Amino acid sequence: MTFFLQNFFNGIMLGGLYALIAVGYSMVYGILRLINFAHGDVMMMGVYFAYYSAVVFSLNPILSFTVAVLGAAALGFLIDRVAYKPLRKAPRISALITAIGVSFFLENLAVVIFGAIPKSFLDVFKDKSILEKTITVADARIPLLTFLVIIVTFAMFSVLFFVVYKTKIGMAMRAIAADIPTTSLMGVNVDNVIGFTFALGSALAAAGGIMWAMRFPNVHPYMGFVPGLKAFIAAVFGGIGSISGAVLGGILLGMIEIFLAAYFPSVMGYRDAFAFIILITVLLVKPSGLLGKKAIEKV
Amino acid sequence: MTSPTLDLSRKPILILDQVTMQFGGLVAVDDFTAEIRQGELVGLIGPNGAGKTTVFNLITGIYHPTKGKIVFDGIDITPLKPHQITHLGIARTFQNIRLFSDMTVLENVLVAQHHKFTNPDADRILKINGKSAKRVANFWFWRSVLKVGYLKFEKEMVSKAKELIEKLGLSKFMHEKASALPYGDQRKLEIARALATDPKLLLLDEPAAGMNPKETEDLMRFVERIREEFDLTIFLIEHDMKVVMGICERIIVMDYGRIIAEGTPKEIQNNPKVIEAYLGREWEGV
Ligand SMILES: Nc1ncnc2c1ncn2[C@@H]1O[C@H](COP(=O)(O)OP(=O)(O)O)[C@@H](O)[C@H]1O
Ligand SMILES: [Mg+2]
Repeated sequence: MTFFLQNFFNGIMLGGLYALIAVGYSMVYGILRLINFAHGDVMMMGVYFAYYSAVVFSLNPILSFTVAVLGAAALGFLIDRVAYKPLRKAPRISALITAIGVSFFLENLAVVIFGAIPKSFLDVFKDKSILEKTITVADARIPLLTFLVIIVTFAMFSVLFFVVYKTKIGMAMRAIAADIPTTSLMGVNVDNVIGFTFALGSALAAAGGIMWAMRFPNVHPYMGFVPGLKAFIAAVFGGIGSISGAVLGGILLGMIEIFLAAYFPSVMGYRDAFAFIILITVLLVKPSGLLGKKAIEKV
Repeated sequence: MTSPTLDLSRKPILILDQVTMQFGGLVAVDDFTAEIRQGELVGLIGPNGAGKTTVFNLITGIYHPTKGKIVFDGIDITPLKPHQITHLGIARTFQNIRLFSDMTVLENVLVAQHHKFTNPDADRILKINGKSAKRVANFWFWRSVLKVGYLKFEKEMVSKAKELIEKLGLSKFMHEKASALPYGDQRKLEIARALATDPKLLLLDEPAAGMNPKETEDLMRFVERIREEFDLTIFLIEHDMKVVMGICERIIVMDYGRIIAEGTPKEIQNNPKVIEAYLGREWEGV
């Protein structure tokens, strides 16, 4: 039971982080039918923003994370304006290739600005005792950090769902996902709403990345690749284009990874392969994913 | 007695000046010049593929004409984007219903009200029931409302939307998905959604398509009613000539992208060019 609980909390935490990043892929895909390959790199930039504002500008962790999340949101918005917006009417493949270009650009920009030598995210915390605190749940000792990450993650999801389902801009996002020209004829400035979507997705990814870095503190310019890829798989697993799908897919993927590694330690080395096995299985069996709608080609 | 065509006391609200739209080698709209006057109900008819829908797509900024100019309410709208044109007061419906089918009736209308957030044209903000316009001092007022009481504002928007839906007789479907509505009510919802943008000019693209004669009759009454109630100018595409004859004051006839006739329903009915254009084609209405 203790062992189970420990893994359960780890699974929720890892899955929640995948989900936070996956939502950005799914929202952008839902609206533009674009796989934003640069998404993981925006996450990486967000982690650097947090690192530098804490270590160099000595902001306290909470403040530096806020700055980083806002910085990533601005970056996401900017990327859309500069790289994707001019290609709205171009064939979809052009935007896709541009996304790969933006990804390389961000990685290399990070090498130039921040350097290729990995940094430890733990430097962010002056008081490292918080990292060692644990909470005991039915004999299982769960790190306090794990709880914090889970709480923050779910708080962010609540905000996300509120924005998407209860606010005007969220309504516009859903309308755009259904039909861009018609939405613009309703007087909605579609480009602004798309920009907002990028900002929102990037903010969530940065928050996910920062919490990822607390767990895996190795900060380097290519650190966005693995979580980005996993989150993408999670988005496809849950049904790309669906926000609830991305959340579900992320949490399930995290759980599956943790539990397989826990109960079958001999296959631990293949942990990353599980994600791809899931991806291939989903694509073969239910290409629209768990909660996705049947693929209707958008014209 | 003057015919509506010659009623020069009404000022023109929409002017299309030698508008041409070319798709590759195909000239879908060719040198189209017309005027719609304030408060008029004008019909646009013509056989399938004549270019009628393309004219609407040009007016609403979905396409930009390859030649010519479009002026609305004194403003050259030729280069504007669809949402900007909507802000100025043109709304439309579609030949093939294009509702947000996964969203509720209420949400469909709310999306259309969205632009009032950023529309600096203060007098027209929230003019849905006419009276509330007077309560709205200016755009800055709403800006401040936005800051101090977002939720209150949001509530107000919802109640405005509900009011409109009620007015159009769709309130029993308020929280149903748009796709769950009967066909005729989907057409009405499209009109409700268009009205939520607070238009001066309403463009209806074959609103009676797919309806039986009884439903068509009801719809035309409905169009006349909203025209009065919302003080609209209406430009209406129709396939069934009987429908247009009944309610339009003036009719423009298109064929192969060009205007071939223009006049009162009577004049159009007896115009040899019109008869010729439709002879032997899918034309049942005359
Ligand atoms: N986006 C487009 N690209 C190419 N051809 C088009 C496009 N839109 C309309 N057309 C062509 O323009 C002509 C007029 O179409 P349309 O305006 O829909 O006719 P109507 O509404 O009178 O039936 C048709 O031949 C149609 O195929
Ligand atoms: Mg048409």
